Amino acid sequence: MSQLKNFTKGFVKENPVFVLLLGMCPTLGTTTSAVNGLGMGLATTFVLVMGNVVISLVKNIIPAKVRIPSYIVIIASFVTMVDLSMEGFLPALHAQLGLFIPLIVVNCIVLGRAEAFASKNSVGASFIDGLGMGLGFSFALTLLGAVREILGSGKVFGITLFPETYAMIVFVLAPGAFIALGYIIAIMNRLSKK
Amino acid sequence: MAKESTFKNMTLTLLMITLISSACLGLVYYFTNEPIENAKNAKVNNAISKVLPKFDNKPTSQMFEREVDGGTLVFYPATSKGESVGMAIQTFTKNGFGGPISLMVGFLPDGTIHAIEVISHKETPGLGDKLESGKSDFSVQFKGQNPKDFKLALTKDGGNVDAITASTISSRAYCDAVERAYNAFMMEGGAK
Repeated sequence: MSQLKNFTKGFVKENPVFVLLLGMCPTLGTTTSAVNGLGMGLATTFVLVMGNVVISLVKNIIPAKVRIPSYIVIIASFVTMVDLSMEGFLPALHAQLGLFIPLIVVNCIVLGRAEAFASKNSVGASFIDGLGMGLGFSFALTLLGAVREILGSGKVFGITLFPETYAMIVFVLAPGAFIALGYIIAIMNRLSKK
Repeated sequence: MAKESTFKNMTLTLLMITLISSACLGLVYYFTNEPIENAKNAKVNNAISKVLPKFDNKPTSQMFEREVDGGTLVFYPATSKGESVGMAIQTFTKNGFGGPISLMVGFLPDGTIHAIEVISHKETPGLGDKLESGKSDFSVQFKGQNPKDFKLALTKDGGNVDAITASTISSRAYCDAVERAYNAFMMEGGAK
C-alpha cells in the first residue's frame, strides 16, 4: 500500500466516523458546534499520531501478552498531556470539551489503530496512518458540528447565517446528533456507491 | 520479533513503560501547572472586576468563605481608597438543568446587585447557556436591582425575573444562586 493511500484512506474509504462507525461517544457528544468538533478532532489526532509512532517504535520489545496494557499506558500518557496543556493554554475550549478529553483514552479508534496498524508497520507508515485517521476524524467531527450548528443555532464558526428564531434547536441537543449523523452517513454512502 | 512473554520480561517491560510515562507526565505537569493556575485565577479576577464598580484593593487576597446549604460561598470584599465599594460573592446552585452552576454576583454596600457573571455551568448549549452575560440580555435585568424589592423568582412563580424562553429550569437555578448570595450577604451584615 502506498503512503498516499495510507494517508487518504482515513478520509473516505475508512473514515473512522462515517464508514467504520468508531468513536461514536465523542462524535455525538462534542459536536454541538464546528469549533468544538474541530478541537476534539485535533486533540484526538495528536494522540493518534504520537501513540502510533511510539507504539511502532517499541513494538519489538513488548512481550505479546502485555501489549494491550502497554499500549493503554502509552496512549493515556499522551491524553493526559493534551488534557493538561489544553487546560493551561486553551481554558475556554477545555471548559467546553471537559469530560471528553480524558475519554480519548478509551476511544476505539486510537487503540484500534495501535493494534491493527502501528504494531505491525514501520514508524513512518504508522505516523502517516495516524495523521490520516486523525484528520479524517477531525473532518467528520467538524462537518457534523457545522451541520448541527447551522441547523440548530443559525451560526457557524461564530458567523451568523440567519436569525436564531428560525433555527431548529433539536439539532444542538442530543437527538439532533443522531439525526444529523444518520443523514450524513446516508449521503456519504450514496456518494461513494456510484 | 516480540520478546517472549516470560514473567520477568513482562514485569520489566511494564515497569519501564510506566516509569517513562510517569516521568513524561511529571514534566508536562511541571510546565502546565502555572498556566493552569493563572487561567483559573484570571477567570475569577476577570469576573470580580466585571461585577463590581472600580476598586483599588486585591479582593482575592481578602477573600473568606462561608458554608451554606452544603456548599461554599466565597466572598471577595472590594474597597476603593479604604472605603467599601461592594462585595463579589461566588455562589452556586445545584438545581441547574445539567448540573451545578457557579456565579459571581457583585453587590453594592446597600445590597443592590451591580452585575452578575457566570463562572461555570453545564447547561444546554443554545438554550440554557443564555445565562452567560454575552449570549443574551437575561443577566442584564438584575443590574441595579435591590433584592429587597425585586423578587428573585420567575414571573410565572410570582417574582420579577423574566425567564429565558425554553429554559425555565436554568433560569430558576440562576435565581436560586443569586438569592443564596444575597441572603449570605445580608447575614454577613452587608459590606462593611
